[in-house]
Amino acid sequence: MPLPLLPPLTLLWVVPALPLAGSVVNGALALAAPRAKRAVSLVGVGVLVLAFAAAALAVVALAQLHPSAPLVVRYWEWLPVGDLQVAFALQLDQLSAVMILVVTGVGALIHVFSVGYMRGDPGYARYFAYLNLFVFFMLTLVLGASFPVMFVGWEGVGLCSYLLIGFWFTEKINADAGKKAFVVNRIGDFGFLVAMLLIFRHTGSLDFGAVFPKASAAFPAGGPVVTAITLFLFLGCTGKSAQIPLYTWLPDAMQGPTPVSALIHAATMVTAGVYLVARCGPLFALSPVGSATVAGVGALTALFAATIALKQWDIKRVLAYSTVSQLGYMFLGVGTGAYAAGIFHLTTHAFFKALLFLGSGSVIHAMHRAYHATHAHEDAQDMRNMGGLARYMPWTAALMWIATLAIAGIPPLAGFFSKDEILGAAFARGAVRPAWYVFWGMGLAAALLTAFYMTRLMLYTFHGPNRTGDREREQLHEAPPVMTGPLVALGVLTVLGGALNIPPLFGGGARLEHWLAPVTDVALTPAPDASPATAWALVASAVLVAALGMVGAFQLLRPEALVPARLAPPARGLGRLLWKKWYVDELYDAIVVRPVLWLSREVLWKIVDKRLVDGLLVNGTAAASRALGWVGSRLQTGEVGVYVVLFVVGVLAVVGAVVR
Amino acid sequence: MYSQAVLTALLGWPVVAAAGVLLVPERWAKHVALAASLVEFVISVPLWWTFQPAAGMQFVLDLPWIPAWGIRYTVGVDGISLFMVLLTTFLVPLSVLGSYAYITTRQRGFYALMLVLTSGMIGVFVSLDLFLFYVMWEVMLIPMYFIIGVWGGERRLYAAIKFFIYTFFGSLLMLVAILVLVLRVGQQTGLYSFSYAYLTAHLGGLGPAAFWLFGAFFLAFAIKVPMFPFHTWLPDAHVEAPTAGSVILAGVLLKMGTYGFLRFALPLFPSVALHPAIQAGIVTLALIGIVYGGLVAMVQPDFKKLIAYSSVAHLGFVMLGIWALTLQSVQGALLVMINHGISTGALFFLAGMLYERRHSRLIDAFGGIAKVVPLLAAALTIVSLSSIGLPGTNGFVGEFLVLLGAFPTYPRAAIVAATGVIVAAMYLLPALQRVIYNPLDKPENEQLRDLSPREIAVLVPLLACIVWIGVYPAPILRRMEPAAKNLVQSVRLDAATFTATR
Repeated sequence: MPLPLLPPLTLLWVVPALPLAGSVVNGALALAAPRAKRAVSLVGVGVLVLAFAAAALAVVALAQLHPSAPLVVRYWEWLPVGDLQVAFALQLDQLSAVMILVVTGVGALIHVFSVGYMRGDPGYARYFAYLNLFVFFMLTLVLGASFPVMFVGWEGVGLCSYLLIGFWFTEKINADAGKKAFVVNRIGDFGFLVAMLLIFRHTGSLDFGAVFPKASAAFPAGGPVVTAITLFLFLGCTGKSAQIPLYTWLPDAMQGPTPVSALIHAATMVTAGVYLVARCGPLFALSPVGSATVAGVGALTALFAATIALKQWDIKRVLAYSTVSQLGYMFLGVGTGAYAAGIFHLTTHAFFKALLFLGSGSVIHAMHRAYHATHAHEDAQDMRNMGGLARYMPWTAALMWIATLAIAGIPPLAGFFSKDEILGAAFARGAVRPAWYVFWGMGLAAALLTAFYMTRLMLYTFHGPNRTGDREREQLHEAPPVMTGPLVALGVLTVLGGALNIPPLFGGGARLEHWLAPVTDVALTPAPDASPATAWALVASAVLVAALGMVGAFQLLRPEALVPARLAPPARGLGRLLWKKWYVDELYDAIVVRPVLWLSREVLWKIVDKRLVDGLLVNGTAAASRALGWVGSRLQTGEVGVYVVLFVVGVLAVVGAVVR
Repeated sequence: MYSQAVLTALLGWPVVAAAGVLLVPERWAKHVALAASLVEFVISVPLWWTFQPAAGMQFVLDLPWIPAWGIRYTVGVDGISLFMVLLTTFLVPLSVLGSYAYITTRQRGFYALMLVLTSGMIGVFVSLDLFLFYVMWEVMLIPMYFIIGVWGGERRLYAAIKFFIYTFFGSLLMLVAILVLVLRVGQQTGLYSFSYAYLTAHLGGLGPAAFWLFGAFFLAFAIKVPMFPFHTWLPDAHVEAPTAGSVILAGVLLKMGTYGFLRFALPLFPSVALHPAIQAGIVTLALIGIVYGGLVAMVQPDFKKLIAYSSVAHLGFVMLGIWALTLQSVQGALLVMINHGISTGALFFLAGMLYERRHSRLIDAFGGIAKVVPLLAAALTIVSLSSIGLPGTNGFVGEFLVLLGAFPTYPRAAIVAATGVIVAAMYLLPALQRVIYNPLDKPENEQLRDLSPREIAVLVPLLACIVWIGVYPAPILRRMEPAAKNLVQSVRLDAATFTATR
């Protein structure tokens, strides 16, 4: 029975408008009254809570209709040019419903946490202005009813990411990281842009509601055009969602405030690529090559990033590579055609990774204060300076352990169900296309490494002897309730999140999958369901691998043998290779960045522009005419007779030319 | 009454006002000029509402001027020139206000020249008689020459002369071409007329001469755009010009080149312009402009030079849009012309404001100044984002339409042009970082003063346009559409008929 009080869905605009309004108010406060922190907190957090409420209402309204097609609300004409008609329109369907709940829900918790984390920062108002603006663009991204509107959100979140990574911009390393994020993302956005050109050329529209129904008629399955479209779209995804080869900006993005890492660089923005593939399921379904690329790159990234995470000392860098790796899982899922599984993992990952980042934030917060109190200049994020923190911050430690178990895939926590779904789907697809067995194997190997590096992080941070320093140790204590509160809430979600989509194998109703069915029904030709025996064997193998990784870490790692960062010897051999991230940044620098700069400066500017065009052609012409002028001036002899002769010759020449 | 007189008023008023500026005391000059340019803007504003998109050429006034030679005073606007006129009247008051602190010597002369320049620019955009057009083209050249040469930076004379000779060379060729065109058409039809309408209606049978005539027009306009490799006068002129000079140069003067292509070169010589080889050659030059301009901009140590080279890239998009000749690409090109005027104008204002504070144009003279001048930093950030085409700002909609429109005609070229979005981020964001972010490590920068109310008044209208056109360009697009559609159809049709009859 419909609830009488539900607002009409034409009010969908309210959901993104709230954080936009918050951003405008906080931006004005940042410029006019940066010290008005109470007002900033009230506005900044308030709009998020309201946006969550509005989103929840919208989703309830949607649930009552449960339409088979998205509900589209057009607001104004944006680009009306001939047969191109792009309106500023939002759409709500089951997929964007999940996304807006995650974005506003997790977003609200992270905003609350930020109130504590950023309390003493002079840029407090600016911070909330950016963070609110980010939520606005993220909601535009997931609610946009056409590719261009989505692109507004897509580049908008990149802008906010840029602004927030470089939030403490007076350090060059932070500003560099922000710029790198933007430029690398732009390479991906180029892919998105070209995909739009192709889509418009071949379907005559850019609205989801027009393109997707036409897709199977406009593109022959497996044809070159649809494959090109999907690959260009996926190039966009590798930028935004930090996959090979464009992942390198995300670890550097950890220079931003930690709540930003939690919200933008773990829970929401970086999952936009996964959302894009799921949204464009009707296109990917037509391109086996495109889908296989998504799955393969996802599996490879999952494994590759996990290896790097093994040897990082910066607590946030471990989590950053972990995020890259987990995003790889999501792409493995959506590339397999298991859209629901990919979105499921996106959701649970938002819970437990936000929890891990915020937990690391409260650790860094404590470390920072301790070093600040004693005026020490040690690295507050290096795990070698931590150790034994569980004694000082029991809540944070306990909650992060929950999240660690979840990401490792220990039942019955949220991560277990979602990761298991993806691996199961990949394995099942192997029966149709054997390449997927390889992808599944890579995913399983990554799961082993995940369990290992996360346990390593927990052991080094929270257990064994403390290495912070004797005077600093007295200053270590738990974060204030405004920070631990959101952690607890995320902890609850991490424990219970799996209930969203318990598969029939465990007697569940796979509710998320059914909910998403109207959107994801277009998937690839389904692979045959695995027999219950195979399914149980897969589950057992996944759990076994996770347990193996954790036990292995406990057995192999010796927290008591660690020394503080400044005393630590440099790593050698394979360890050094992993610590240095396989030298990929150095490689890109050598084969892309430096050659382009060299070409531009030394060749294009100094030789082509200055010497060739300006020197030879332009000033050369000028010099030549001066020389000609000099010759002419020699003819000015002052003798009338010479002039008469020249005059007559000239006239004859002109007449001759005209007459002929 | 308004519809007949408005364009003539827009043409005449600045000259009258310039005389007034010369008569008032020196310290009043700028205020009088500001008032005069605001009046000019107010006169132009009703054009926006009274303009009838579907009605073709309007606000026409057609009077005999030199009847013996078939020269008339014919002015009018359509959806193509309307926005160039509005852009001009919009930018001039801002340029005057933005010069208040920059111009300290010979103020009367400077502001009088600015106003004369305004007349010339309006004249170029409203002339429907080729002789009148040529006169206006030269009229606007001379004030700009003096603005650069008298109030410019250290190498102002070199830059001014280079600017003058380069443009003058092109325009003389154009004059010859205009004369030959009129004679040829006159010989065939028995009526010698410089009228744009007459000439475009009687184009058949130019024969091979069309190729050379097009070439002359092409050179004149390509220099003005500027297209690679005719662009090197631009960095010099921009760097040396005073702020207002740079703003007008980038905002309006460069558009005369692309406007010239749209109004004259394409409709007069469709068969040449659409000759596959010529089309391919020009598109290639446009692409070189986009990529090469961006890459060279990336390595400039001088902020104004960086903006100058970025103009080469932006105008490359315009040229691509024009030559792809589809409805979307042409409208996109027109939109990029407007946007470039707004965004690059704003960038030059900001570069000028930085220069007034530190007397340096070098990017590395700054660093970390977002801490001391947050308003200026915020404005510079927004304008930079618009210049690199962030969706939601004006920069995106123009370039996006160009790409969408060019893709069906030139798929590979559109993809190459799309890499321009990467290059744009590569030249502008590092510069932005080196100016407003990074450590505040130069003591001179610690006491910079933030934007004054006057400077805010200059920037706010531009920032408002950046957001407005980014979010709701439909009113502009709707006003352009019939003219753009007509242009695309008639040029394509004419080209087809001429090629067939040849």
